This record gives sequence, structure tokens and C-alpha cells, in this order.
Amino acid sequence: MELNEIMFVIFGAVIVFFSILTVTSRRILRAATFLLFVLVATAGLYFWLNYEFMAAVQVTLYAGGIVVLIIFSILLTSNINDRFEKVAGRKVIFSALAAIAGAILCITTILQQEFQATEALAREVNMNVIGRSLMNYGENGFVLPFEVISVLLLAAMISAIVIAKKSKSK
Amino acid sequence: MLYGIRLEYFLILATLMFFVGIYGFLTRRNLITMLMSVELILNAVNIQFVAFNRYLFPDKLEGHFFSLIVVAVAAAEAAVAIAIIINIYRHFTSINVEDVDEMKY
Repeated sequence: MELNEIMFVIFGAVIVFFSILTVTSRRILRAATFLLFVLVATAGLYFWLNYEFMAAVQVTLYAGGIVVLIIFSILLTSNINDRFEKVAGRKVIFSALAAIAGAILCITTILQQEFQATEALAREVNMNVIGRSLMNYGENGFVLPFEVISVLLLAAMISAIVIAKKSKSK
Repeated sequence: MLYGIRLEYFLILATLMFFVGIYGFLTRRNLITMLMSVELILNAVNIQFVAFNRYLFPDKLEGHFFSLIVVAVAAAEAAVAIAIIINIYRHFTSINVEDVDEMKY
């Protein structure tokens, strides 16, 4: 096996193993830590595909931002020594059946499809290319989604502050 | 084939991750762990977009930017969701979905 294949197998195994632990762990803080491992392994996959900027965004925003936010809210709302009660057996069976049936359906569809993957070298994705595409309104430009997402982020931040603020009447 | 790995492997990996997230969403009863399952689902979709971009259209960047925007939406969603969860905790002193039923009926 080549080194590249070994790296892919390691990242894939880490992602599958720790995502299963994330949804089954009975201690909430551990579940958050396992989620962090999954997100960092995903960043590894983006590095593997030569999308360095995407990987950096993944590490800073997901692993650095969202997981820290989740851990803070866990510490604010839950007692970290508590364990969740066991999920009822019937619920586990039916949820697992639904998930496995969906996975089998999707995987058979994927395997029937014939993708025309090109061997071509990827275009180099450096900061220069990304910045020019985000600010370009012509062909291969993404200025409209960039502006829309900036307005959305502003609205989300304001609404988060308004919702989490203590009401004055109490 | 890219470095000996086929596109299908990426898609199967992302599918497994997606349905593990679905399973977590169905079985968990705590709002924060449900939010974590949603993050898993979003992340699986991101992997698929980036892999499609790299394998099928390596000279374009549509998939790359799409998943960049999905990451930003996920950050906004997590911020608002956690604000709501903290507010719910103030009202009910619990973030278990079975205790939060005042708006039912």
C-alpha cells in the first residue's frame, strides 16, 4: 500500500469510529471530544485532497469555534459527572434499522453510478485564487453568495445575542 | 482514481458518517447531543461536495466554495441553537427534549 492510501484509510477509520462513539457515548463531554476528533480527521481529508484553505477553515471554524461553543454550553447546562440513561432497546433497534436501510440504499446507488473521474492535476488553490474568486462577479466568481453569507452571519449573531439575553421583567 | 483512492470510497465514507448522524439524531434525548449529530450530518455533506469537486471538476472551484458556505451556515446555526438552548435551560432547568413540552398542543 502506498503512503497516500494508508493516510486515507487512517482518516476514514478515525472518522467512522469516532462518529459512532459521538452518538453513543453516555457522557456528554466525551461525546463533544469525540466530535472534535471527527472534525480534525475531516480537515485531514481536505489536506489529502490538496484543499489547504478548506482544511484551515475546517480546523479554525469547526474544531476551534463550534466545538468550543458546544463545550461551553455543556458546562453551562449539564453536570459533567452525569451519565445519560440507557436508550430503550426498541428505539435503538428501530433507529439503527432506519439508518442502516438508508445507508444501504445510498451506497448501492453510489456503486451503480459510473463517475468519470479525471486524472487531471487540480488547479492550484492558493489564497490568491480564493480571494479573487470570492470578490469576482464575472465567470467563476462568488461575490453574491459571499455577500449573502456575510449578511446571514450578522443576522445570526445579533439574533443569538437577543435570544440569550436575560429579559428585563424578571 | 487519485493516488489509488476511488471517488466511491469518499462517497461511502461520507454516507456512513451521514447515517451515523441520523442515528444519533433519532436516539439522543439531549438538545446539545442532537446538535452534535446535526454537525456530523453537515460535515458528511461537506466531504461529498469537496470530493466531487476534486475528482470530477478539478479545474473549477464550485464544490469548494459551496462547502465553505455550508461551514459558515453551520457556524451561524450552532450560535443560534446554543442561544436557544441556554434560554430553554433558564426556563425549564433542563435541556432534555422530553421536559421541554410547554409549547405542545
